[in-house]
Parts: sequence; C-alpha cells; structure tokens
Amino acid sequence: MPEKLVITGNFAAAYACKSANVDVVAAYPITPQSPVVEKISEFVESGEMPDTQFICVESEHSAMAACVGAAEAGARVFTASSANGLALMFELLCWCAGARLPAVVCIASRALGAPWTVWTDHQDAISMRDTGFMHQFCETNQEIYDSVLMAYRIAEDPRVFLPMFVTYDGYLLSHTMMPVQIEDPEKVRDFLPPLKTHVDVGELGETRSVSAVIPPDITVRPEGNTPGYMEYRYAMQKAHEYAIDVIEEVNREFKVKFGRSYGNGIYTSYKIEDADILIFGIGSVASQSRMAVDQLRSEGIKAGLISLKLFRPFPVKHLREIFTRVPLVVVFDRDVAYGYEGVLAYELKAALYPCQNRPIIRSYIVGLGGRNIPTDTLTKAVKRAIKEKDDSSVQLDPHTDFLDLDLDRLGLSIEDMQKEAQ
Amino acid sequence: MVKISEYPEEEFILPGTRLCAGCGLQLAYRWALKAFGHDTIVTLPASCSVVAGGVGGYSPLKIPAVYDCFETGASTASGLAGALKAKGREKTKTVVAWVGDGGTYDIGLQALSAAAERGDDFVYICANNQAYMNTGIQRSSASPYGARTTTTPILGKKEISKNMLKIMDAHGLSYMATASAAYPQDLFEKCQKAKEMQGQGVRYIEILCSCPPGWGYGVENSVKMARLAVETGYWPLWERIHGRITLSKAGSKFIDPEKRKPITDFLTPQVRFKHLKQDAISVWENYIAGVWKEIQKELDETNQ
Amino acid sequence: MTPRNEQYERWIAQKILAARQTTTIGEAGKTGTWRTIRPVLIPEKCLVVKSGKPTCHKCWLYCPEATVSRSIPPVFDYDYCKGCGICATECPTEAIQMVPEKEAPSCAETIANAGGNADA
Repeated sequence: MPEKLVITGNFAAAYACKSANVDVVAAYPITPQSPVVEKISEFVESGEMPDTQFICVESEHSAMAACVGAAEAGARVFTASSANGLALMFELLCWCAGARLPAVVCIASRALGAPWTVWTDHQDAISMRDTGFMHQFCETNQEIYDSVLMAYRIAEDPRVFLPMFVTYDGYLLSHTMMPVQIEDPEKVRDFLPPLKTHVDVGELGETRSVSAVIPPDITVRPEGNTPGYMEYRYAMQKAHEYAIDVIEEVNREFKVKFGRSYGNGIYTSYKIEDADILIFGIGSVASQSRMAVDQLRSEGIKAGLISLKLFRPFPVKHLREIFTRVPLVVVFDRDVAYGYEGVLAYELKAALYPCQNRPIIRSYIVGLGGRNIPTDTLTKAVKRAIKEKDDSSVQLDPHTDFLDLDLDRLGLSIEDMQKEAQ
Repeated sequence: MVKISEYPEEEFILPGTRLCAGCGLQLAYRWALKAFGHDTIVTLPASCSVVAGGVGGYSPLKIPAVYDCFETGASTASGLAGALKAKGREKTKTVVAWVGDGGTYDIGLQALSAAAERGDDFVYICANNQAYMNTGIQRSSASPYGARTTTTPILGKKEISKNMLKIMDAHGLSYMATASAAYPQDLFEKCQKAKEMQGQGVRYIEILCSCPPGWGYGVENSVKMARLAVETGYWPLWERIHGRITLSKAGSKFIDPEKRKPITDFLTPQVRFKHLKQDAISVWENYIAGVWKEIQKELDETNQ
Repeated sequence: MTPRNEQYERWIAQKILAARQTTTIGEAGKTGTWRTIRPVLIPEKCLVVKSGKPTCHKCWLYCPEATVSRSIPPVFDYDYCKGCGICATECPTEAIQMVPEKEAPSCAETIANAGGNADA
C-alpha cells in the first residue's frame, strides 16, 4: 500500500531500495550516510526485504567491489557513501562504469578531508565526475526516493547500461525529516521491472569472462574480431550522450505513473520566464537560491534560477537553450576544481562557448565544509555581478571569489597585513 | 589411492596461454580448475592469472571469470556469492577467488579477513609465487627471508615472510590447506574437498607456485623446485578441517627431520638465493624447525 | 572521417557493452613457436608404452600447458608445447628427450604462425 511517511533523506533512499527490490546491498558506514545502511539492515533483518542479501563489508572499497561482483552475476545492486568513503571507492566506481554495470549509488554529500569535517559541500560528489557514472542531484527527500527509482530505470535501460549516482546534501537532506510518499510495490514493479542485464556469469552461455585485459587495438582472430579499449570507451561515451533522451523519457513516464516530476528531468527552473539574470546551482545551493530569487525580485531585479538535476551526462544542449536567453548568469559552486575555479561555472562556460549569444558568467564559491549560505550572501553576490557586468577587467580576472570568508575576525584583514609589513 | 587414469581428462584452461614456459602457477591453475569443474565462477584480481585469462576478446578458460581490481579478490567473490544467494542459485555454482600472494598477503588482506569473518560462501585460493611476479618480481610480504627481488635487489629480503596461514587460522575457518604445484593430485583432492564444503564460509587453500623467472632456475625444473620446497620441510602439506590438522599423505614423512633434504637443495639452485651465506641458511633452518614444532604441537593437541 | 550518424551512434552504444571473452585454444597464438627444444618420446623406455596400460603418465600430469595427451603412447601437441622440458625432467625412465628444434623459425614466420595479437 502506498503510504506517506515523514522521514529523513537517508531513510528515503533506504525506502527506495526496498521499493526497487534490490538483490544485493553492500555498504559501509560513514557520516552522514550511515542511516541508509542501518535502515536497509533493519528491512533485511525484519524480513521486509526477504530477497535481498545485505553484505556488511569492511570498507567502501569492498562495498563497491561486492556490488561489481554481484552485478556481474546479474543482480540489482545498491550502495551509498560520502566524502572519504566515496574517495576510497573511486577505483571500483570506474570499474563498475567501465563494465557498464547498472548500479545505483547514493551520495550523502560531505566535504573531503583534510582537515576532518563531516558537513556538507559538493566536493566529494563532483570529484567523482570522470568515473563514467551518470549523476543526479536532489533537493528534497521525495526527490531522493523518486530519483533512486528513476535511476534504476535509466541505468538498466538497454540503450544506457551505465551506473548512476543520486546525490543529496549531507545533514541538510540526509538528516532532515520531510514527508515522503512511498509507492505501492506493485506499481513500482510496473515502472521498474526486474533487471534484464547484459552480463550474468552465473548463467552458462556465450559469455565466459568479463573485464579481462583489453589491448589498445582490436583483437583480430579467425573466430571473429573483438574491440580494443578505445572502442569500449567510445561506446560508453555514446551511451552517456544518448542517455539524456532516456532520462527525459523516464521523467515523463514517472510523472504519468506517480504524478511527480522534476522539471524536464535535466533541470528544474524557478521564475525564469521574464528573467534577465539566471542563477545556476545544484542541491542545497539551488534551494537557497530560490529565496535569493524572491528577495531580488522584491527589490525589482528580475532574477531566476536553474537548479541542475543532471550533472552527468552534462546536458549541453539544454543548458545552451536556456542560458543564451539572458545576458548574465551567476554560478554558485559548493565545490572547487582546485587550481581552476568552481566546476559548474567552468563547465557551463565551456558548454556555452560556441554560442553566439553567450552570457557573461560570474562564478562564486560558497558554503564549503558546511558553512551556512545566507540568502543575503547570494543576493549581494548577484548585485555585485550586475554592477561589474560590463567591467572587462573583472571578467578577464582569472581569480576565484570565495563568499563569506571570515578572515577579519582571525586578525587576518588587509589592515593586519599592512601592519605586519611595517 | 586414485589411479592417474581416473582423474578428469577435460582441461579448463586450454593450451596456448600467455604464461611463461614451465610456469608453476599454470600447472596449479590447471589442476585446481579440473577439481572445481564446470559449475564454477572464478574471480581474479590483478596477477599473472589475469594475463593467463587472455588479452582481448578470447580466453583459454572454459569457465566464466570475473576480473577485478587488485585488492578485491575476496570482496568480489562476496558479491558473486551474494548475488547467487539472492537468486537462490548458491547451490548450483562454486565461487572461487584465485588470488596471488600480493593480492592476499598485502593489498587484499583486509577484504579477505572481512569475508572470512562474515563467512561468505566461496573458496579462496592464494597462488603464492612469493613476490609480485606479474609486475616484475617486486618483494611482497610473502617473499621468503633472503630472497632477492627487484625491490630487494642487492641484500635480499631482511624479513621472514608473513605467517598468513596463522592469520587465516585465527578466523576459525571450516577448511584450510596448503598445497604445492608439484603435487597435482594432492591439490586436486584439496580443491574438491573445499568445493564440497559449500555453505561453510570461506575455505582457504594456499598453493606454493614455482616461478622460473622470479626464482631464477631453469624452466625444466619447475616441478622439481616446488617439490624440493616440500621435501626440505620448508613447505609442509596439511589440511585443517574445522580446526583439526592432518598432514597430507604426499608430505607427511617430512615431519621427521631425518627424512628431509637439506634446505640448501632448495636454495642453491635459485638465483634469488645465490648470495646467501651460512648465517642466512641457519635462519632458514631455524624457520623450518619452528614451522614443524608448531605443527607437532597442534597434532599433539588434536590427538589428546 | 565519416559524417556523424545519430542512429549509428545509438546502435554502437548498445552493441559494445562489457568487455567479454569467449573460449578458445591458442589464445596467445601458436605457442609452439616459442620452443627452442622439443620433447621427443623414446617409446621403448616409456612405462605406458611398455605396459600398454595408463599407469605412469607423469608427462600428462605435470605439463603446465596441457599439451601431452593421456594416451598410449603419450602424444605431444607441438602447436602449443612451449618446450619447457618439465615432462623430460619428471619422466621416471628418461623416456623423453629434449631435442633442439632443427631450424629456428625466422621472425616473420614466428609472427605469421602466432595468430592472434601476438604483440599485445
């Protein structure tokens, strides 16, 4: 029976696992992801997930390795992690995507050490960018539940066969209670039928071995030629590029089936119709930016918001279509590509570069390591961007702006520096 | 005793592999796979055995193999076993993790220990050739005392190898055994036993695999070297079933020091030990004496 | 450069998935070409031949490559035998002799005989 529960984001992920009737869960605790694992163990031990094997591994590395092994034997698999645990998983995440295994991995996002921290930012999730996973971000607990279901449907589509991340902000969503509609198992099964995988080593068939050594060039043999490494990787890239169609399709179908959707499945927008300034952000940053849009509008500034849901595959076409309508875009990144700038900002710039009507793009770093992002901070930054929009010296400056630093109270103000120099 | 004509003739690793001529590991692999048979899924992390599995879209293996990262021998096997269980197929297949000594003693130790503690249902084989042979003969914690490797190139290894068998024993496994590439029938029977003990957690077999380029001897002497390891008393052959040790018939007489060949018979023909002086040989002799003392103690306790 | 074809790209994305393998003999090519010496049976010394029974077969037992048959007499598969000589070392009656290959094959012949991607 469908039911509405008031639960945390982590529990929403666990309930989604249950609804998806996952075969194998292998996971390791890390703050703030741990309650996902706890809830799933509870479901398994209480008999509420009777067909699920829960492997209580000793590390995130083994979690993903077990998921890879299980997926190669045809199982629907799930794991979740955060920050350093996710970083430890990295090798196996690449392996999973390279083998085109349709795993779903939740990330309760958290800043990476050192120094130790447990609070949210998007550095861990964004750092997983080149693993080959598809990647969705969420803004509400309902969206977490729905996104996990959609992620399986997308990942297991024979046109795709790629794993997918579902990321939500640590604490802000992972530990915050919100009402979540849990759907009827029958209805979910209808939307998400059992996995029909492309590799199952448990069945004796043509397929003997998977993920062996593949040379640079194709293998030429009388029995038939087989791909080289580059052919595999080309196919993986193409699967990513065309997955966008499937993602939109699944988002539409989800809406028909369950009455909920998240924009076009690629991004959600807020007050963009008449906007001449767009804010661009993901997850918690986007949520906060909604309030900033309202405040700016109350002051007569026509601001709007694009909250990016789909980070990988990067929806270049969609972003070009929307962002070439305005002269100014402000990007708030809760992550840094150290030595360059915010990842969302430079990826958007790269996407828009060939467009004739490309806007001025201003980039700011906010909220690292869980620092609060007051609405005021965002509105002030937008106003500064408006003011400096036509100042080419600002636009050409390659340095990265961090907002809300608190250096003065550390005795590290400009005046303090000048004093020290004397 | 089983007649030689009664062992299965079917091969599961077909001729024409990429392994070196005279590879002790390949001989062990050949006989282990004969024992495990058709309904086997083998998982292999980085090692010579990955190369043995073929480069490109073809493989000499007649059973499915799942290749995975270096430290994942046990954890991938856990996943495979978990998937089979989730689908109610756990009784139809044997999951075998086939891992080198580096993948067992060093980088994969954590995952192996965890799987053993959880009692995941698979056979774990450590094919021990005593160094990172696939990457070019670097020292592992399984490399024996004095051995020259490419990371102990002049002085040889200063430490005695890690006592992995004791570590695994501490996990309270249902089945443990040692084997040598020179005793294929003994190895075959041990693998069969491990297979039959399905559903009883991790079963651990460690096979000493001679390696011509890594140890430095003529390729024709691979079996001889792996046999000398047993005959000198360096590599005792035993099984431990539910904690009770028994010496294997093939090597039981070497409990008697009088029956053992001098350790120099094993050391001298190998280039990796060429530099060893008498004091180092004494370390070896003491090591062997210690190994047997422990076995004797265990046998005495068992027989009480 | 072929022009981009969306339908084709979608097809490729589904056509090439996980790297899979199928079973074959001689995965590394004809490894018999690696050999510099070859095993030759001296039947009058062979226990199996003399007794007419499959009693000894140490050559079959110990061959890492599985290139000796368990037949009477034992037969070597020279296509794949790498010439390691373990069979000769282990034969209890010295019934196997390692004989130098008459002429070392030229480099070009080796590659031509090897099949597969022997350079990988």
